[in-house]
Amino acid sequence: MNEKTMTEEQHYADVIAEESICTNENLVFEKTNVLTDTPMHYCPGCGHGVAHRLIAEAIDELDIQDKTIGVAPVGCSVFMYNYMDIDMTEAPHGRASAVATGIKRVLPDKYVFSYQGDGDLAAIGTGETIHTCNRGENILIVFINNGIYGMTGGQMAPTTLVGMKTTTTPFGREVEVMGNPLKITELIAQLPGVYYCTRVAVNNPVNVRRAKKAILNGFKYQELKKGLSFVEVVSNCPSNWKMTPVESNKWMEENMFAFYPLGDLKVPANQPAAGKGE
Amino acid sequence: MKELKLMKGNEALAEAAILAGCDGYFGYPITPQSEILEYLTQDARKRTGMVVLQAESEVAAINMIYGAAGTGKKVMTSSSSPGISLMQEGISYIACAELPCLLVNVVRGGPGLGTIQPSQGDYFQAVKGGGHGDYKLIVLAPSTVQEMVDHVKLGFDLAFKWRNPVMILTDGALGQMMEKVELPPQLPRSTEAPAWATVGKPKTRERNILTSLHIEPDKMQGINLHLQKKYRDIEKEEIRFEKFECDDAEIILVAFGLVARICQKAAQLAREKGIKVGVFRPITLFPYPYNVLNKLADQVKGFLTVEMNAGQMVEDVRLAVNGKIPIEFLGRMGGIIPTPEEILHKLEEKFVGEMV
Repeated sequence: MNEKTMTEEQHYADVIAEESICTNENLVFEKTNVLTDTPMHYCPGCGHGVAHRLIAEAIDELDIQDKTIGVAPVGCSVFMYNYMDIDMTEAPHGRASAVATGIKRVLPDKYVFSYQGDGDLAAIGTGETIHTCNRGENILIVFINNGIYGMTGGQMAPTTLVGMKTTTTPFGREVEVMGNPLKITELIAQLPGVYYCTRVAVNNPVNVRRAKKAILNGFKYQELKKGLSFVEVVSNCPSNWKMTPVESNKWMEENMFAFYPLGDLKVPANQPAAGKGE
Repeated sequence: MKELKLMKGNEALAEAAILAGCDGYFGYPITPQSEILEYLTQDARKRTGMVVLQAESEVAAINMIYGAAGTGKKVMTSSSSPGISLMQEGISYIACAELPCLLVNVVRGGPGLGTIQPSQGDYFQAVKGGGHGDYKLIVLAPSTVQEMVDHVKLGFDLAFKWRNPVMILTDGALGQMMEKVELPPQLPRSTEAPAWATVGKPKTRERNILTSLHIEPDKMQGINLHLQKKYRDIEKEEIRFEKFECDDAEIILVAFGLVARICQKAAQLAREKGIKVGVFRPITLFPYPYNVLNKLADQVKGFLTVEMNAGQMVEDVRLAVNGKIPIEFLGRMGGIIPTPEEILHKLEEKFVGEMV
C-alpha cells in the first residue's frame, strides 16, 4: 500500500467519523452475534430470515449459545447452519424431530430445537412429528408454514390452501383429488406431551414481537422438562406464490391467516402467553 | 477363573453394549432381534444411566442415532433385514457426516417380509453400500455368541477410531441360540466429547456443523475423495479373518458367520474321509481379505463358498482369486441352514472326482 492511498483512506475515515450517525447514542438495532455475517440466500421478502433472527436473538438474550444445538431440515432452510453461530446438525427430509430427540435424550440439559417447513414436518415427517410431540420431548419445534415447497420450486404442500395454484396443482388445489390442507398444529395441540403450542407470523412488527416471545418461551420451557414447545410461523413465499413481497404478505393476511388463525393453541397454566397477534 | 454364562445371542449382545459403556440405544421391535431392546429396557438405565428408547419406526430410530451420534456419544441401534432397509437413508447421512455408531443387523430371510428364519441375504446391502452414494460401513461378522459380545466393544472402538458407522452383520440363528460366553468387565461411560461433536458452542471454538450437504461439485468431490481415502486406509489396517486347517488343505471352504462353523464340521467329515479341507472365515466383510484369499488360492485346487443366500460373498471371493482356481458355490435361502453333509456332498461332487 503506498502513501497516497493511505492518505486517501485516512481522509475518508475522518469524513465518515465526522459525519457518521452510527454512534452508540443512536444505536436502535444491532445484529445479534448468534447470527453469522454470511449473507442469507433467501428470496427478498421471505419470512425465513426474520424467523432465523428471532431464534438467534432468543439464544443470545437467554445466553445459551454454548448450550444450544439446532437441527436444520431439508427445504429452503437446509442451509440454516450457515447463518446461525451455534452447533447444528442437518437432518434428512422430515426427520429433524427424530434427530433432535436423539440429541436431547443423550444431552438432557442442553437446549435443542428443530426448524422445519411444512413439507418436511407435515408430509414426509408427519410420523416423526406426531411421535416426538406425543413423547413430550423437551425440545422446541419451529414450524414454518408457507403452504408450498419452496426449495424444489413451488409444488403443493400438505398445507397448501384449497384452490391455491402450485406447480403440481396448476388449476388450484382440488379437495376431491388432493384432500384438504392439514392443520397439523391443531392436531399437535391435542397431544398431552405438548406443553406449549402457538401460531405466530412475522409479517409486521407486532407479530414479529409476538413470535419472538413465543420462541423465547419455547427455549425457556425446556428448563422445566414438562414437554414439547411447538411454534408455527405462518409465512410467505413470494417467489413461488409468484407475487411481490408486499403482495404476498397481503395475500397471506387475507387467505393464510383465515385458515391458519394466529394465536395460542395451548398455554401452560401459570406461564406467560404470547397473545393473539394481528 | 473366568466367569462363564449361558446366554442367548441377542441378550449377550445387549449385555455387551451395557458393559461397553454404551450411552444410548434407539430401536424398534422386529423378529428375530427384539430381545436386544427388551433386554436393554430392563435395567440398563439403572446400571449405567444409558438411554434406551423405543422409537416409532426404524426410520425414526436411525435418525435418533444420527442426532445422538453427533454429540459424540457411544450409541447403537439394532434391527433385522426389513428394518435395516428402512434405515438406509439415515445410514447414508451418518456415513457422509462421518459419525461413529454401532448398527446391528440380525438378518432374516428376504426379499420382502420374507421369513423370520436366519439368512445372510443382506451381505450386498451391508458390504456394498445399501443406501445411496459412495460410502462404506465397517462390517463385522460374528460366528459365535462370544463374538456377538466381543464385536460390540470392537465395533465401538473401530467406529470412533475411523469416525465411521460399524455394522455387526449376524443372523437370526446366532441371535436366538444360547452358548456359553465370557463377559468383559464393565467400562465406564465416557464423559469427554470429541472436538467435532455438536454439544453447544463455547466462545472458544468455531461452531460444529454436521451435514452431508455440499452443493458445490468441487466440495462434494473433495468429501468423496476424503471418504475414499479413509476406506482405503481401513482396508490397510483393519482386515480380520480366521483360518481353520488351511495349511495343508487342498480345498478350502469360504464362509462367514454361523455358516463358517458348519463348514468346520464339514471339513472335519471330509478329513475323516481323507480329503484335506480347510475353512477360511472373513471376520471383517468390509474391509474384505482379498489379498489373503488370493495367496491361499495358490496352494489349493479350489474354493467352495457356502452362504445362506443366492451367492453374494462369492462375488468377492471370485474378485479375490481373479480366475486362478475354480470357485464353486453352495447357497441355501429362505431361512434354511446348510448341513455339514450337504456341504461335503457338494465338495465331493465338484472337486473330488478331479483329484482322483
